[in-house]
Amino acid sequence: MNVIILGCGRVGSTLARMMYYDKHDVTVIDLVSESFRRLGNKFKGQRIIGNGMDEDVLKRAGIEKCDVFISVTQGDNRNIMVAQIAKEVYGVKKVITRINDPIRADTYRSLDIITICGSTILSGIMRDFINTNEWLMEKDYNREYLSLNV
Amino acid sequence: MYIIIVGGGNVGYNLVKSLMNTDHELLILEKNRVTHRTIAEELGEVAMQGDGCEVRIMEEAGVGRADVVVAATGDDEDNLVICQMAKMKFNVPRTIARIHDPRNEALFHRLGIDSIVSSTKIIHNLIEQEIECGDVIPLAALRRGNIEILEIDLGRKSPVLDKDISQINLPPSALIISIIRQNEAIIPGANTIFQDGDSVIALVHADNEPEFREVFAERHGA
Repeated sequence: MNVIILGCGRVGSTLARMMYYDKHDVTVIDLVSESFRRLGNKFKGQRIIGNGMDEDVLKRAGIEKCDVFISVTQGDNRNIMVAQIAKEVYGVKKVITRINDPIRADTYRSLDIITICGSTILSGIMRDFINTNEWLMEKDYNREYLSLNV
Repeated sequence: MYIIIVGGGNVGYNLVKSLMNTDHELLILEKNRVTHRTIAEELGEVAMQGDGCEVRIMEEAGVGRADVVVAATGDDEDNLVICQMAKMKFNVPRTIARIHDPRNEALFHRLGIDSIVSSTKIIHNLIEQEIECGDVIPLAALRRGNIEILEIDLGRKSPVLDKDISQINLPPSALIISIIRQNEAIIPGANTIFQDGDSVIALVHADNEPEFREVFAERHGA
């Protein structure tokens, strides 16, 4: 699959390494080249420096031919805006975005954009662990990621 | 009307001030505490502190009964989300967004924002009017259909002088709606002859603008 990830922070870079490990064509966009250091030296996907709200940058990243678009920048609103560009303007089939505000995440979920609200997911996992002393996630993604050695 | 302005920068602040002496009920939301205090000291209770993208703050501000929400912050993405949340969560009838990158205009329309103001584009158009005297001036763009209203002042060297509308090769999707001649508007017919000094007002599909320009404008340096 052609995968574009906007935002090379902790989440963006980790996801990029996972998807690259799974043999997908991964392109990562970030405003500053320094962020690409998080990708490590085994990642050989495309890196693009630029503002993800600029359609020229998105085109350069190949948004017209991408199967999955993920926006995980620092800003909720920026993620929302670019996710809508991917969905509405370029018709990308699968668009996933992180929105930390639970209400905004819920509102935009109705627009055919997959929204993931890190704050509620983390809180839920923590509460369940407090109550049961067990990780109730289906998988331990953390251990899995570390065992990939990517 | 109840008007809520989000963003207390120069635009929001001056907008509120200019609306103060009208009958409208006003509220200006500013996220930054220091900026908010400055506005509140001068304007009093119309200023409220809080993030206009947060539903809790929007509820407190009474967005649910607002007639107009103006998103005038310094960031296009924030203005988009403010307007969309006002529409989707609170059914606000009219939303106005300020944008900085003029390329976002079409996108914002597509995403449901009612009115969009781009100071960048306005200044750009003004400059174009200044420097392209005797050339094509974009007057307005219609919201849907990508159609522009253009004005073109015919100079002495315009290739259409002494011809009528049936004799010129208008591009497809172009319609001449009026000719201004000596401060009088003429609704042209097929036999109206173009004269030196006429201003031609036309509806043109944006894609055909260059061809349209080609038909009327004098060739520079030719």
